[in-house]
Amino acid sequence: MIDTDFLAETLLKLLGGLPITLELSTISILAGVVLAVLLALLRQASRVGGLFVRAYVFVLRGTPLLLQIFLVYYGLGQFPLIRHSILWPFLREPWWCAILALTLNTAAYGSEIVRGGLAAVPTGAVEAARVAGMSRWTMYRRIILPLAFRQALPAYGNEWVIMVKSTSLASIVTLMEVTGQAYAIISETYRAMEVFLCAGAIYLTLTFLLTRAIGALEHRLTPYLRRPETTLGGLA
Amino acid sequence: MSSPEIVVAVSNLHKRFGALEVLKGVSLEAHTGEVVSIIGASGSGKSTLLRCIPLLEVPEEGEIRISGEEVALRTRGGRREAADAKQVNRLRSQLGFVFQSFNLWQHMTVLQNVVEVPVHVQRRPRAEAVAEAESLLEKVGLAEKLNAYPSHLSGGQQQRAAIARALAMRPQALLFDEPTSALDPELVGEVLRVMRSLAEEGRTMLIVTHEMAFAAEVSSHAVFLADGRIEEEGPPSQIFRDPQSERCRQFVQRHLDR
Ligand SMILES: Nc1ncnc2c1ncn2[C@@H]1O[C@H](COP(=O)(O)OP(=O)(O)OP(=O)(O)O)[C@@H](O)[C@H]1O
Ligand SMILES: [Mg+2]
Repeated sequence: MIDTDFLAETLLKLLGGLPITLELSTISILAGVVLAVLLALLRQASRVGGLFVRAYVFVLRGTPLLLQIFLVYYGLGQFPLIRHSILWPFLREPWWCAILALTLNTAAYGSEIVRGGLAAVPTGAVEAARVAGMSRWTMYRRIILPLAFRQALPAYGNEWVIMVKSTSLASIVTLMEVTGQAYAIISETYRAMEVFLCAGAIYLTLTFLLTRAIGALEHRLTPYLRRPETTLGGLA
Repeated sequence: MSSPEIVVAVSNLHKRFGALEVLKGVSLEAHTGEVVSIIGASGSGKSTLLRCIPLLEVPEEGEIRISGEEVALRTRGGRREAADAKQVNRLRSQLGFVFQSFNLWQHMTVLQNVVEVPVHVQRRPRAEAVAEAESLLEKVGLAEKLNAYPSHLSGGQQQRAAIARALAMRPQALLFDEPTSALDPELVGEVLRVMRSLAEEGRTMLIVTHEMAFAAEVSSHAVFLADGRIEEEGPPSQIFRDPQSERCRQFVQRHLDR
């Protein structure tokens, strides 16, 4: 009943899509974090900035990611300004469109998560930095963002897991990542069940590894939230 | 030196929070090696006064000098603010400030807390900063806790770490805002002991405190604040044993009795 040969063959083909899945996930997550931090800071910085960020978050969280991918892929080309800009060689490519849409989307969620992290930074820690003569930049780099990041990490981890799964939507704009590969195999073989099970197993493995990695990072970054390790020698 | 230098000087400070006028023209000086204690009832403006010195609060009126240099202030859109952020940061790093609630950086070990400013603000070589931090931590009795996180320390240990952090900046003066008020009674002594040794070293210190006996012992000058004004000031022998004003007498009496 179980056609192990077919499963193995399918799995192998699907893994051919893994590099694209990984690229889309990693790049959009990393770029998304940078953008999220900038958005969160902009939101604090001024009234106008705050309004802009709130509108941005409102729109990107309030519409389906699939729609956003379509809009970037099919929509942007309608503007002559963009067609004639130096960005067009990129925005013509589904790969870049998917990256752009995924990044903009995760940045919206991320900026709210970062905002929560920033709000949780104790005012005393900031005052101690200020009174020691730290410049704003040093203070953000050394005190505020590290504390905010640690605070935000659990929630941000969930968002990253969601992003990995969301890359499957990129198949809709012709990208042959794991889900795209799955479609292709099914349209040849009509064996949807086995193929999707294999694809599911790949995503499950990815998200499992990511969750573990986030957990390990959290553990590393927040020793102060645990009971002290019994000091053997005691020196780091 | 003929006469000791004035390390910290504020004159005619006025500070209000909304409708509440907290400081109504306060002037104060600390010479090199002097220990100035600031006492007064809760709400009298002691913390506000101390916080004005490194410009954690910006006074609406008045002048602040650190090592003779006036902190440049300006008025913008009806608000008084620092005119030159660089100058403020430079002057701030010449002062060590110790908070009632320690305010250590939780994500760093004790040692990292202490070397943070020397390395990342004052740009001193890390190895040198670490060596100095280690000796400072030993001095405040935390040699065993270099790699511990603040959350794993008692309040008294955290406050001593905070003092080491302030000392690591090689400050011209140390400012203490009720450094023992957040501590369990049995932990007060260890912090006062460290502060006493600093006073004996000849450090310039401004101390807001409710520990009258300690203040009487270590101060060279004492200031009694009431309703945002200096009601009385003088040598500790006067302020703590023979106050001239009725309010000061009652205040000291009440606190010495405890
Ligand atoms: N940031 C602020 N905003 C509004 N009011 C403030 C602020 N800081 C202090 N105050 C008010 O100013 C007054 C003086 O406060 P301050 O903290 O200087 O008093 P204190 O003498 O240090 O008192 P305590 O012994 O309780 O610490 C108080 O009435 C306080 O409520
Ligand atoms: Mg106070």
